[in-house]
Amino acid sequence: MYQEIILDHYRRPHHKGLRDPYDVEVHHVNPTCGDEVTLRVRVADGVVEDVSYDGQGCSISQASTSVMTDLVIGKQVDEALRTSEAFLELMQSRGQLEPDEDVLEDGIAFAGVSRYPARVKCALLGWMAWKDATAQAVASSSGGAAT
Amino acid sequence: MTAVLPRDTRGSVSTYDVEAVRADFPILSRQVGGRPLVYLDNASSSHKPRQVLDAERDFVEQHYSNVHRGVHTLSQEATDRYEAARSTVAAFLGARDAHELVFTKNATEAYNLVAYSFGNAAAGSRFAIGPGDEVCVTEMEHHSNLVPWQMLCERTGATLRWIPLTDDGRLDLTDLDALVNERTKVLAFVHVSNILGTKNPVDVLVARAREVGALTLLDGAQSAPHEVVDVQALGVDFFVLTGHKMLAPSGIGVLWGRKELLDAMPPFLGGGSMIEVVTMSGSTYAAAPERFEAGTPVISQAVALAAACDYLQAVGLDRIAAHEAQLTARVLDGIRGLDGVRVIGPDTIEMRGAAVSFAIDGVHPHDVGQSLDELGIAVRVGHHCAAPVCRRYGVPATTRASSYLYNSEAEIDALLDGVVTVQRFWGTA
Repeated sequence: MYQEIILDHYRRPHHKGLRDPYDVEVHHVNPTCGDEVTLRVRVADGVVEDVSYDGQGCSISQASTSVMTDLVIGKQVDEALRTSEAFLELMQSRGQLEPDEDVLEDGIAFAGVSRYPARVKCALLGWMAWKDATAQAVASSSGGAAT
Repeated sequence: MTAVLPRDTRGSVSTYDVEAVRADFPILSRQVGGRPLVYLDNASSSHKPRQVLDAERDFVEQHYSNVHRGVHTLSQEATDRYEAARSTVAAFLGARDAHELVFTKNATEAYNLVAYSFGNAAAGSRFAIGPGDEVCVTEMEHHSNLVPWQMLCERTGATLRWIPLTDDGRLDLTDLDALVNERTKVLAFVHVSNILGTKNPVDVLVARAREVGALTLLDGAQSAPHEVVDVQALGVDFFVLTGHKMLAPSGIGVLWGRKELLDAMPPFLGGGSMIEVVTMSGSTYAAAPERFEAGTPVISQAVALAAACDYLQAVGLDRIAAHEAQLTARVLDGIRGLDGVRVIGPDTIEMRGAAVSFAIDGVHPHDVGQSLDELGIAVRVGHHCAAPVCRRYGVPATTRASSYLYNSEAEIDALLDGVVTVQRFWGTA
């Protein structure tokens, strides 16, 4: 389960630390274990311009959030959401899915985690926070355009 | 009903035969990940000996029916065994009268039962509570003995107060006289903390509560499984335990309360069995304990709980407590010898139970738990339903090892070796 890629991201997380500017900030917690993440998203012209975060938690939750930022920053929102769906599908596969490295890059290291249902929610904490924040950012910008 | 006694393990503490005890627990012979299971998550839930499993099976196969409802033979046999179970558990707790014992589905329901009885009480009753009244708990409560009181205070406008903690995991009683005062209606506190392992000075707290006329409720979920409990000697007004932490199945808990209090308390859940006369315009209620056992109760689980009480008494609770104290001392001594590992809670054996929470520098408890599981060692990681305690000591969660009557010194050594293995894997030792 503890792949070297996961340990690397855990020890040297990418894009960590809260930054400005941002459109939306969310705070997600895993009530069963106390892991938490505060995450900010900046969306401009349909592109995920920046994702920054701070939080505390186990190696799986912290590494997964780090990998997520690599995968979504700079992407079109639609494409980033598809990546997020691919990661979700992998995590729900109970070890039965061969992940696509072209889509998930370092995220494939989490394939083994999907065999441990108790840890899947750790791996999804940062992703769910990002998805929530991005949905809010997109909704508020389209709402703004309508007025 | 004949109690099926465990193999003969009686004798002096020094000859406590842990292997004979272990032989009664089928699950202890299984492997996890190709290694022998080392089960140190007993503060969360315990395993069941054959004697308890057999008692429940025998009851369901030979005597089962609903209770308090029929005239047929099985109904009577089931009722007799259910009520015999009540008497057994009452005796186990040193209660004066079996009618002081209410079966609930778990400890959580028992706390809620008392809290809702306060909320439901008519004005002027001893249990009536409202603005200006206070409820006092401690900062080390399990959520189950905290949240129901928070909810009661929200519903009624009463004020919740709590006794804070010292840095070494004890209750800070400096301001006890201010925290428990003439406005306090109830002081609800834990006997032995599930996260810190701290054993609280019941006598001091009960004495203060009596001075001001407050009722006391003691959470015995982590004490009743491990030591002799005598509710009368403790001097409390209510005592709560849960079956699954003391060799019985899940689904059965107990509220013990002084008879005069139970008789004066309004009911919590309404329904069948808890009534006296029912008309369309209103109902009167049965006496305790039936008043608090609405609906079909947890029947076979109650029978199994009684068998668990018999089992614990046959092994001997004093001997179990002494055995666990040896194991706990071994855990504490072992951790003291490890760099980068610290106990969260009392780090000596005085006034403490068998649950030991610890932190390994640089490794999150989730990762500790997962890494230990790969070695076949089951511990609990997380906030242990006591999130305010984690906040108090500045940790997101802890790793907790909790032993019981069937754990051996070799298993404690496996845990300590496992901690070192975890440190090496995560590069922190």
